Amino acid sequence: MTFSASVVPMGGNGANGAAKHHVLSVLVENKSGVLARIAQLFSRRGYNIYSLSVAPTEDDRFSRVTIVVDVESAPLEQITKQLHKLINVLKISEINASQAVEYELLLGSISTSSESRSEIIELVRIFDGKIVDVGFDKLTVMLAGSPKTLDDFEALLAMYPIVEIQRTGRVALQKLDRSAPTRARSKSGKAS
Amino acid sequence: MQLTGAQALIKSLEMEQVEVIFGLPGGAILPVYDPLLDSTIRHILVRHEQGAGHAAEGYAHVTGRPGVAMVTSGPAATNIVTALADAYMDSIPLVVITGQVGTTLIGTDAFQEADTTGITMSVTKHNWLVTDASQIPTVVREAFHVATTGRPGPVLIDLPKDVSNQLMEWYWPESVDLPGYKPTLKGHPKMIQEAAKLISKALRPVLYVGGGVLRADATKELLTLAEHCGIPVVTTLMARGAFPDENPLCLGMPGMHGNYTAVTSMQKSDLLITLGARFDDRVTGNVAGFAPYAKVIHVDIDPAELGKIRNPDVPIVGDLKLVIPELTKEIKKLKVDIKAQLEPWIAELATWREKFPLTYQQDPSGRPLKPQYVIERLRQMAPPDTIVVSGVGQHQMWASQFWKFNHPNTWVNSGGLGTMGFAVPAALGAKVGRPDKVVWAIDGDGCFQMTAQELVTATAERIPIKVAILNNAYLGMVRQWQEMFYDQRYSEVYLSPDLPDYVKWAEAMGCVGIRVDSADEVQVAIEKANSINDRPVVIDFRTDTWEKVFPMVPAGKTNDEIVIGPQEMENK
Repeated sequence: MTFSASVVPMGGNGANGAAKHHVLSVLVENKSGVLARIAQLFSRRGYNIYSLSVAPTEDDRFSRVTIVVDVESAPLEQITKQLHKLINVLKISEINASQAVEYELLLGSISTSSESRSEIIELVRIFDGKIVDVGFDKLTVMLAGSPKTLDDFEALLAMYPIVEIQRTGRVALQKLDRSAPTRARSKSGKAS
Repeated sequence: MQLTGAQALIKSLEMEQVEVIFGLPGGAILPVYDPLLDSTIRHILVRHEQGAGHAAEGYAHVTGRPGVAMVTSGPAATNIVTALADAYMDSIPLVVITGQVGTTLIGTDAFQEADTTGITMSVTKHNWLVTDASQIPTVVREAFHVATTGRPGPVLIDLPKDVSNQLMEWYWPESVDLPGYKPTLKGHPKMIQEAAKLISKALRPVLYVGGGVLRADATKELLTLAEHCGIPVVTTLMARGAFPDENPLCLGMPGMHGNYTAVTSMQKSDLLITLGARFDDRVTGNVAGFAPYAKVIHVDIDPAELGKIRNPDVPIVGDLKLVIPELTKEIKKLKVDIKAQLEPWIAELATWREKFPLTYQQDPSGRPLKPQYVIERLRQMAPPDTIVVSGVGQHQMWASQFWKFNHPNTWVNSGGLGTMGFAVPAALGAKVGRPDKVVWAIDGDGCFQMTAQELVTATAERIPIKVAILNNAYLGMVRQWQEMFYDQRYSEVYLSPDLPDYVKWAEAMGCVGIRVDSADEVQVAIEKANSINDRPVVIDFRTDTWEKVFPMVPAGKTNDEIVIGPQEMENK
């Protein structure tokens, strides 16, 4: 799910101060209004959301909300405690970037000229992205990767006339334990 | 058994042993008012929806049971938002049912449509929009569970009209299934041991007791703990009555208008044992300078309160009813003679108490009539377990300062939100909850004008509450601030002593109205009020306009900068 431009920052500045951000993975009941409750809690308590993404989990009774929080606005502990008070919130894990797999997706439309067209295609290829749409004088490119990779890609794209860029905000899961064979997650597994 | 949604709602409320609903019908809630006629549940028809909410709060305050209010959609729902916000701040269990336009009309800007669940999201513990009649028993069961467990609070059920009319197969859920809601009740044993150790070593400990002790019904447990250790107790505005004022360990109310000893005990303390209190800014003053020498033990059922304002040295999440006895047990195990250890501290507190008592001076001529004198006379002439309900402002502070609360749940007021107009409807609700007790509303003239119409309800429903208006012809607390901090530039605070004529107004609403201008009329007036038990009584006490509430910690200052009253200054 994409979210409005007001909460997903457009155009990474290349160094968006990762240290100031925390990633919270919040397991919630998949009920109407839950996102509104979370969003309102953040605004009511004066916390800032840097980016946010929501989608149902493998168990459709639950959704996972990945929130990147600007921690300068409040101590993380207070944010998680307040989130926990929401009746529909089941579990909150803070995802430490060094112990997590983080991905984000970027779509961008760029105006091209006959000279720049091949440069852009080359750039996309270097980043392992894709050309997903082609127009007479425009290209739409897609890149999935770590937020940092996307920042770099976006910075390079900025050399060309950008029509629009949309990023999804990141999703993340804890890294798997490498010391033992991993077990498949039970489908019906209920969150603790 | 097939029931309509409306019938299922009423039946569900009966299953939850609801005995009274405060409400006012209207279009979208009409279907529910029909089966109400056949129910054993008493309905009290208020004159304004805000009154329904505050009445339900008053009922909940004194009974410990959830108050229930029911109103229609749109403006009725928005009118009750103040009461929800009030209950949310003070952790009062409330179940509010609002009508909603039909599901097919939701989102179309239909007549009397408001986004009630959206509007009330941040002032309820949780709310539900019911979209199918089959959900009603489950939602009602969940609503009462959420409102009354953990940290209590208000909840709201929004019920569209077509859902009320829809047929459903009746059932009653055996249990509540809320996977994301599991309040922690038992305190962590290790933390409780840590707390006991700190207590056994402290030389200047204070039990900082908040409304949570009343909500947890843990007043007896508190008394045992305090008396075993001989630790002095301060009771916040929300906790008046949680520990008896007559107990020698009770220091009374701390905070902006707390007494000198209560405020200063915390400032000089080396250990605050915080039980169900939340370091409200009206208690702490400037937080940076609050209780600078104190370590903090903080016990609360809401984990989010721990570390919100002040980082505790020992945080304990749990139900005070369980944690306090555990704590007492651990302290006993340590076999330290805490009482002996605290003798110098208790002696120091005693000197402050003697030096800085709460005082006022009633002129022997009887005029001007001092509000504190009125409160003292009311108390002396009332049974000891009288329920006192107040609005918000100077009269509230004087009531808290000069009444002696020796029983739990006898003090009902709007603490966190500071809702003017709370007293009359809340007193009505309190009297419905405890008809066996005398209920005095101590109100201000400004507050009274906000919700006085609920006296019509009281008369019509034969709810004989008593109202003492401390009529100083001003929005007194605002006037006090303008006098002290705005160079006596009085801006929009004058109300007039006799517009409206409170006696005539009371009489028009079916009450007995009495006017008192001078101290020597007080006794007779109160005697008369006390003798009336078949209708509400309103006494218009014309009190001294210029009287101010002291002590006072000016906003933003630390508690060390407490300003004491002119009489105490003479003793200093």
